[in-house]
Amino acid sequence: MNVAVPSDEKLREVALTRAEYHSIVDQLGREPNDLELGMFGVLWSEHCSYKTSRPLLRRFPSGGERVLQGPGENAGVVDIGYGLAVAFKVESHNHPSAIEPYQGAATGVGGILRDVIAMGARPVALLDSLRFGPLPGSRRHLEGVVAGVGGYGNCMGIPTVGGEIYFDESYRGNPLVNAMCVGIVRQDQLKRAGTGRSGDSLILAGAPAGRDGIHAASFASLELDGSSEQRRPAVQVGNPFMEKCLLEACQEALDLEGVRAVQDLGAAGLTSAVAECAAKAEAGASIEIDRVPRRERGMTPYEVMLSESQERMLLIVEPGWEERVGAVFDRWDLEAVRIGSITGDGRLQIVERGVDVAAVPVRVLADGAPLRHPVSRAPEPAPTPSAPEPAEDAGATLVRLLGGPNLCSRRPVFRRYDHMVGNATLLPPGGDAAVLRVAGTPAALAMTIDGNGRYCRLDPLIGAEIAVCEAARNIVATGATPLAVTDCLNFGNPDRPEVFWQLERAVDGISRACEALGLPVVSGNVSLYNESEQGAIDPTPVIGMVGLLEDASRRVPQALQAEGDFVLLVGENAGGLEGSELAAREYGVQTGRPPVLDLLKEQAVQDLVLQASRQGLLRSAHDVAEGGLLVALAECCIWSGIGVRCSALQADGEVRQDAVFFGEAQSRFIVSATSHGLPELQSLARGLKVDLTLLGLAGGDRVEFDGQLSVPLSELRTAWDRGLEADA
Amino acid sequence: MRFGVVVFPGTWSDRDCGWVVEHVLGEELRYLWHKDRDLAGVDCVILPGGFSYGDYLRAGAIARFSPVMESVREFADGGGLVWGICNGFQILCEAGLLPGALVRNAGSEFRCQWSHLVCDDAGSAFSNRLSRGQVIRVPISHGEGNYQADPATLSRIEQGGQVVFRYCDETGRLADGANPNGSAHHIAGIRNERGNVLGMMPHPERCAEPELGGTDGRLLFESALHAARERVPA
Repeated sequence: MNVAVPSDEKLREVALTRAEYHSIVDQLGREPNDLELGMFGVLWSEHCSYKTSRPLLRRFPSGGERVLQGPGENAGVVDIGYGLAVAFKVESHNHPSAIEPYQGAATGVGGILRDVIAMGARPVALLDSLRFGPLPGSRRHLEGVVAGVGGYGNCMGIPTVGGEIYFDESYRGNPLVNAMCVGIVRQDQLKRAGTGRSGDSLILAGAPAGRDGIHAASFASLELDGSSEQRRPAVQVGNPFMEKCLLEACQEALDLEGVRAVQDLGAAGLTSAVAECAAKAEAGASIEIDRVPRRERGMTPYEVMLSESQERMLLIVEPGWEERVGAVFDRWDLEAVRIGSITGDGRLQIVERGVDVAAVPVRVLADGAPLRHPVSRAPEPAPTPSAPEPAEDAGATLVRLLGGPNLCSRRPVFRRYDHMVGNATLLPPGGDAAVLRVAGTPAALAMTIDGNGRYCRLDPLIGAEIAVCEAARNIVATGATPLAVTDCLNFGNPDRPEVFWQLERAVDGISRACEALGLPVVSGNVSLYNESEQGAIDPTPVIGMVGLLEDASRRVPQALQAEGDFVLLVGENAGGLEGSELAAREYGVQTGRPPVLDLLKEQAVQDLVLQASRQGLLRSAHDVAEGGLLVALAECCIWSGIGVRCSALQADGEVRQDAVFFGEAQSRFIVSATSHGLPELQSLARGLKVDLTLLGLAGGDRVEFDGQLSVPLSELRTAWDRGLEADA
Repeated sequence: MRFGVVVFPGTWSDRDCGWVVEHVLGEELRYLWHKDRDLAGVDCVILPGGFSYGDYLRAGAIARFSPVMESVREFADGGGLVWGICNGFQILCEAGLLPGALVRNAGSEFRCQWSHLVCDDAGSAFSNRLSRGQVIRVPISHGEGNYQADPATLSRIEQGGQVVFRYCDETGRLADGANPNGSAHHIAGIRNERGNVLGMMPHPERCAEPELGGTDGRLLFESALHAARERVPA
C-alpha cells in the first residue's frame, strides 16, 4: 500500500513514531483520519499502552490466595476478611506537577481517587511520594504540590495519612509526584470494567468536557524541555467539590443492580475509558459524540474524545436502568447522560450527527501498540570512592542529619493535610506506616509508600529490593502483616540504553524482593521520560504497600513508651557508609555501592518483629532507615519525649565507628520491651537466628552513648522540627 | 435522643458525626438532606464539617440558602438544639444564627492538628458537662477558622458570656502560640444568647473514643444529651 505518512510535526503532536504509524495503517488496512490518529496517539502512548514496560512488568509476581484483582484493572484488590477487600493503587502525575505544581498535584490526587472509586470501593486514605530538587530552589514546587495535595484531599474529606518527601539534585528539573489511594469495598460490590455486554448503555457522569488536558497522556510520554511551559494547557484543572459529589453519587449508583461497571476518565479521557471497557468486555462501543456535555462552544469530536477534563465517570448500565441511574446523579446535581452503548461488532465507532467520524477495531486501539524493546546497557561503573575522614563529634553530626531536609520532621507538611477525617486513623502520619481501623471489624490496615532514588542510582536492582523491604518493614513495625504491593516506576527516557537497563534491573529487584517476602504486585503505574535539560532523574521505583492487622488493639507505636523500658536493636550492627545520607550530606560522597541486602535475613528479622508484636512483647518498634541507627533511635526519643541511656557501641572488626552510628545496614529495627517481656523476646530471636542487641534503657532527657555522645533531646527536637523551614 | 446530621453537597464530617451518635453514644440518627425541609422530629441538629457547595464563594455562604436551613432556623428559634461544627459554624455565621464570621487562617495555611480548648461558659447546651476553666483536647482541621467580628459584636458576646471555647495551651493559658488560626480573643466556639445554638471550629466527633487519641469530644455530645433531656418542649 502506498502510505502518505503525515509530517514529523504532526506525528510529534500525537507522540507517535513513523513505525507506529505504519503499524496503525497495517492493522487498520487503511490510513487513519485525524480523529482516529489522535485516539491512537493517546492510547498508544507509554502512559496508556505500557508498550515499553509491559514485557518487563510480566516478571512481577501478581497472584496469591488473597488477591481478588491483580494488575490490569483500575486498582488492585485484596481480601481482608469479613467480606471486605482493600483496593489500592499508586499513580504518577510528574509532568503536570512540574509545569503547574498546584493543579498537577491536585488532579493527580483526583485521578487516583477515581481509580479506586471505579472498583466500587470507598476511598479511605491517600498517601503521596514527593521528590524535588534541593531547597531553597525547589520551595515553589514543594509549596505548590503540598497545597495541591491538601487542597484536593481536604475538600474531598479523604484523609492523607502518609507519604515521603525527598530532596535531591536529580529531581531539580523534573520533580516526582506519586499519589496513592486506598479504599475499602464489600466483596459483593466489587466492580470490574470488563463486565459490559452488547446493548448496555454508556452513561457519562460528572463534569462537562472542556479543552483542558488534550494530549496530556502523550505529554507525559515526552521529555520536559523549554517548550514544556507552552504545554500548560495540557495540565488539567481540578474541582474536588464535584469529585466529592461524584464519589457519593457513584456509591449510591453502585447499589443499583443494573449498574454493571464504572470506569474513570483519566489519561486519554473518553477515548481511553470507552476503549478499555469495550476491550475488556471483548466487545465494541458506539458513541454519539453530540450527546457528550461540553463546557466550551465549538469543540470538535477530536477535542471531545481527547479532553482530559477531570471529575468524570463512565457507567455501564443494563438497558432499562438508565433513568434510575440518572435520578441518583440528579439528586447530587450532577449531569449524567447516555452517550452511547456497548456493541457486539468489536469496533469503537464515533458518530457525529448520524455520520461515522471514526470507526476502528477496539482491539487495535487498546492492545495493538507494537511492543518496544529498547537496547539495554549497563553504565560504566563509577570509581570506588575513597574513604572520607570520619566526623569527630557524633552528637553534632546527629543534630545536623536530623535537621537536614531529607530526615527532618514532615509535620509542617502533614499538618496541612486533614489526616483524621473518617474517624479511622489510629496511627497518624509521621511514623513508619499509618494505621487505620476498618469500621465494623476488629481489624486495621497499615499503609506506607517508600522509595530510595539514591540506592537505585548506585544499583537499581538492590535499590528496588530495598524499597520493597523497607516498605514491608514500615508495615511490620506497626504489627501488621504486609499484604500486597502497588508500584510506581519513575525513570528517564527508556531509549537511553542505561535508563532501560535501570528499568530492567529495578523490575527484577522488585520481583525478587516480592517473591522472597511473598508479596504480590496487584497494581501500578509506569512513568518514563522523566528528564529535563539536565538529564534523567535517578531511577526511582516507588513502592506502596498495604498490610493487615487482624487485631487493631495489637498495633505497635513507634515512640518509646515508658522510662525504664529496654531499648534494643533487631538485626546486625554491620555495614559500610556508601549510599548513606551521612556520606552524601556530610562527606559529599555520592558514589559507591548501596547497602547489602540479604533477603533471607530480611525475612527472619521481619518474622521476629511480627511474632513479637503478636505476642505483645514489643512496647514500640521503628525501622532503621536513612540516617542509620542513631537517627532511628533519636526519632523514637523525639516522638515520645523520653531519652535513652546506652552503653558505648563499639565497631566490630573493620566497621568504622561512624558506620556503626549512621551506616544504613539493612534489615534492622529499634524496638523497646519491658523487663518482663525481654527474656521471651530474646528466646524468640535465638529461635529465628536474628541478632538482638541490648542498646540501653529508656529514660532521661538526652540521647546518650556512654563516652561517645550525649545530646539533649531538646536540641535534637529543635533541629528536627525546623529542618524543613531552613533553606539548606 | 434523636440526632439529625445535615448533609450538604461537599459535607464530609456527616459520617463521623453519625458514627459517634450511633456507635459511640448508641443514640438515634437521621441524616437530613439539604433539599428537604423536614427535620424528621430530631432533638438536635448537627451541621457537620466539610466544604459545602465547594465553599467557592465563602465558606458556608451558599449553604445558608438551602431549604433545610429554613427549617433549622425555625427549629433554633423555637429553642431546638443546633450545633455547627467546622463548616457548620461557618454556615451558622453566614445564616445569621451566630454573630461574626470565619475568615482565612492567619498564616493562610490549612491546619489539621490537636488543639487545647478552655471552656469559658458551661451554660450552653453543648458544654453543660464541662466546668468553666476546664481544658479539653480536640482536633482542628480547617483553612478558614479565623473568627472575626466588629468590636461592638465582640464586646457584646464577651459581656454576654457567649464565648464557649477558646484556643489555649495545655495549662489553659491563652498563649500566643496557642491560637492556631489567629481568631479574635482566641475564640474557637460561641453560642447564641439563649444557649441552644453553638458553633465551633474544632471537631469533637473526632475524639470520642480512646483509640482515636482522646475522649474529650464525648463530653460535648453528652452535654447535648443532657440538654435535650432537660429541655421542656416549646
